[in-house]
Amino acid sequence: MNERKSPKSYDVIIIGAGATGAGTARDCAMRGLSTLLVERLDFTAGATGRNHGLLHSGARYAVTDQESATECIKENMILRRVARHCVEETGGLFVTLPEDDLAYQKLFIEQCQKAGIDAKAIDPKEALRLEPAVNKDIIGAVTVPDGAVDPFRLTVANVVDARRHGADVLTYHEVVRLVMDGPRVVGVEVRDAKTGEKTVIESKLVINAAGIWGHGVAAKAGITINMFPAKGALLIFGHRVNNVVINRCRKPADADILVPGDTISLIGTTSSRVPYDSVDNMEVTQDEVDILLSEGCKIAPSLAYTRILRAYAGVRPLIASDNDPSGRSISRGIVCLDHAQRDGVEGFITISGGKLMTYRLMAQWATDMACRKLGVVAKCETADKPLPGSEPEQGDKVRSTKAHIIELSTEQRASLGRHGTMADEISFDDNTADDALVCECEQVSVGEIKYAIEKLHANNLVNVRRRTRMGMGTCQGGICSCRTSAILAKKLGDKAALADLKSFVNERWKGMRPVAWGQTLVEANFMAWIYEGVCGLDKNEQK
Amino acid sequence: MKYDSIIIGGGLSGLVAGLRLIKKQKKVAVFSLGQSALHFSSGSFGLLGSVDGHLVESPVDAMGSLPAAHPYSRLGKDHAASLVAEVKGFFADAGIKLKGDAGRNSSRVTPLGMLKPAWLTLEDFVTADDLRNKKKCTIINFKGFLDFYPDFLGAKLEAAGMKVNKAEIVLETIEHLRKQTELRASIIGRTLKDADIAKLASQINAVAVDSDVVLVPAVIGYTSDKHFNDLRAKVNVPVFAVATTPMSVCGMRMQTMLRRRFEQLGGTYFLGDQVSDGHFAHDGRLESIATVNLGDDRLYADNFVLATGGFFGHGLVAEPKKVIEPIFGLDVEVPSDHDLWVDKDFFATQPYMSFGLSTDDKFHPLKDGKPVVNLYAVGAALGGYDALKEDSGAGVAILTALNAADIIAK
Repeated sequence: MNERKSPKSYDVIIIGAGATGAGTARDCAMRGLSTLLVERLDFTAGATGRNHGLLHSGARYAVTDQESATECIKENMILRRVARHCVEETGGLFVTLPEDDLAYQKLFIEQCQKAGIDAKAIDPKEALRLEPAVNKDIIGAVTVPDGAVDPFRLTVANVVDARRHGADVLTYHEVVRLVMDGPRVVGVEVRDAKTGEKTVIESKLVINAAGIWGHGVAAKAGITINMFPAKGALLIFGHRVNNVVINRCRKPADADILVPGDTISLIGTTSSRVPYDSVDNMEVTQDEVDILLSEGCKIAPSLAYTRILRAYAGVRPLIASDNDPSGRSISRGIVCLDHAQRDGVEGFITISGGKLMTYRLMAQWATDMACRKLGVVAKCETADKPLPGSEPEQGDKVRSTKAHIIELSTEQRASLGRHGTMADEISFDDNTADDALVCECEQVSVGEIKYAIEKLHANNLVNVRRRTRMGMGTCQGGICSCRTSAILAKKLGDKAALADLKSFVNERWKGMRPVAWGQTLVEANFMAWIYEGVCGLDKNEQK
Repeated sequence: MKYDSIIIGGGLSGLVAGLRLIKKQKKVAVFSLGQSALHFSSGSFGLLGSVDGHLVESPVDAMGSLPAAHPYSRLGKDHAASLVAEVKGFFADAGIKLKGDAGRNSSRVTPLGMLKPAWLTLEDFVTADDLRNKKKCTIINFKGFLDFYPDFLGAKLEAAGMKVNKAEIVLETIEHLRKQTELRASIIGRTLKDADIAKLASQINAVAVDSDVVLVPAVIGYTSDKHFNDLRAKVNVPVFAVATTPMSVCGMRMQTMLRRRFEQLGGTYFLGDQVSDGHFAHDGRLESIATVNLGDDRLYADNFVLATGGFFGHGLVAEPKKVIEPIFGLDVEVPSDHDLWVDKDFFATQPYMSFGLSTDDKFHPLKDGKPVVNLYAVGAALGGYDALKEDSGAGVAILTALNAADIIAK
């Protein structure tokens, strides 16, 4: 393998393009640091893309962890302002079931109010009016400012803004080595997943924002961070069962949050300790499906006969502090480590712990530390400046060229919902057939797919799915994957595109398999007939 | 209402059974939900394309090597072979022209340019034999039509040594359609008129000047093969269709033509009606059925054919730990451990694909362990075979339907 050195060096290299890494890249770039974001796979490929998509009010943590609760409500209010195109202001309910202790509600409300969370007890009948999907037998209900947040959009918006502020971005580049100069980290060596080529890139600082994989990154500098991999499984339902987030008013336990997001609803999560070497391939077990479904039905009984689209699991990147086997009493607090102080290794910072809700604050902490170490004085502006897509609407071309939103096509409206003001960059030209619909379930056009490929670092079908929701709907890619693959083939070439198509079909199957009964099995059967039957893709490499 | 025979299901097996029976009985009815597996037809029928992952040269010969539970084994190799010999003529009678030979599998060309084994192929579709000795191919597509893949198809043909020319056709009618709605195979097929075929032919002739074969997406000929034959008459070089991804125009055409012939011969076709339950006599025979549209007006028959399909046709319905037959509650045996239904690799053998009704050796489904002797299960509702891995779906559907009809009519 050739080994080369990048001609460009940076103030800071950030490892990992989940929400935290992307947010840190944005913050660093906004503060004038020359910045590189490197990611071994795709944006949001880790825990960022495998959670509830819940815009926590912090209420869930109010009783057990005031610090996290306070952070959450502050960030909640900030994200509503700066990331409005990623946020849906659904509101949330904490409901008490007959089997739960109603006395907990009082403590819960007190602790919420102490943390600055607007929690109000309401009549259970009023709760049923607000959210008809909730169990009719509830004996208590509290409203809180929960919402839904799309982690894919949020991360990409941070990446886009980092780039606008001069940052460079490399996806599908894995850090294989931290370049050391004595006890100091002076850069990284990355391997291009496509070519296998290795490149050394120098920097003054390296920030480890690799989530659960940060354990392995730190190890490359001889540093031990004891991560606590806690697996959380979730189920996606085929339509929006609820329009208000429903939580259970009790100490956090399995399957007690139902979140509506885009076209679907999500029940989660479970929590179980998993071995570190399993974190790259999380599979949902039948037991987890059973628990999620039976507990989920308690808060929203209609889940029992709602189609389950798929099951998935993520790994919480918590830093171990004790031997708690459930992983729940551990603090969700942010951990920002200066390894010069902790381990005597200069030029290296780890930002971890925390949660999606606090990604911006985590980025701020890491960037503050980076600026301090580099002697740069610059104020953090990420709590005030809107993300791309969430700017004020005046400059919105798509809307301003049309007098009324009613004149927009469904796919134009869908893309506005997905990309906010960035949707201006999408072509809906019917002369070039860019307006043709690729994904009927989620209303994604050829133009939006091209936009994702050209502007949002989409290199394969999974990437396109994360940017646009293509393949996330009720057909799970049965109809649209092949169409999208044909568009990607212009970039990848036909052989790579077909290999990618097969891998995408298998990726869809991975989530469908644990719940492959009812309509989901019908859909899988249909996919098999299309891709293996009609199209002739099979297990063996084609001649 | 009383019929000689009632067929539940209007897909390939139901229509074949109905058509076979109406030639020998007076009163035959077919109940169809409308959509069936024909709607994603590739344009070819498979009889037996591979066994245990190995390609089969002669499907009739290879039937002998199948396990005892396979529908072909239950038919018996010789009986299956004699039915196979009738199939081409049977479809020709309905106006459906097929090419191919059960003595030797041919290869159909998929929308991605792959080759898959085929037994019989619609006359207008391309097989590998049609491309033999061809040097230059023009692949036609309509602007904005996303379910046909000239780049993938072309790359495979080039790899096989052909020169490939790709051309996008802009037809006024189709352009008008495109700007109003989404271009889908079925919509194009329905919209094309005689005059469009002439225009299409002249455009093809203009772009395919030095080609010796032309491939078009299989969107032409929604209710008959007339438009495709017109196109062939007007284009200077041989023209063939290549399957698109669903919906399949040729599948809809076959369904229409089989139904038309069935009705011509006096059969009654109930479209969009769903059979909801059955009454069983004390001796276990099925006496009557009810449907959603006819309500209390029950339908009686001497014999019934269950052609409701597999999971896709909802002839089988999977619940978390069991599989049921939703109309009559017939017996289906599957493992209760869901992990045994599925393989982690989507493209590996999926056990659920071989699930089906429990039947006796005459294809009578079992109810509470006892055969229903005037009910015959045909096609994908049967288990014991993997239609996808074997390329045997159409073969099992057709042969079991002919067999059931023959027993009933005897």
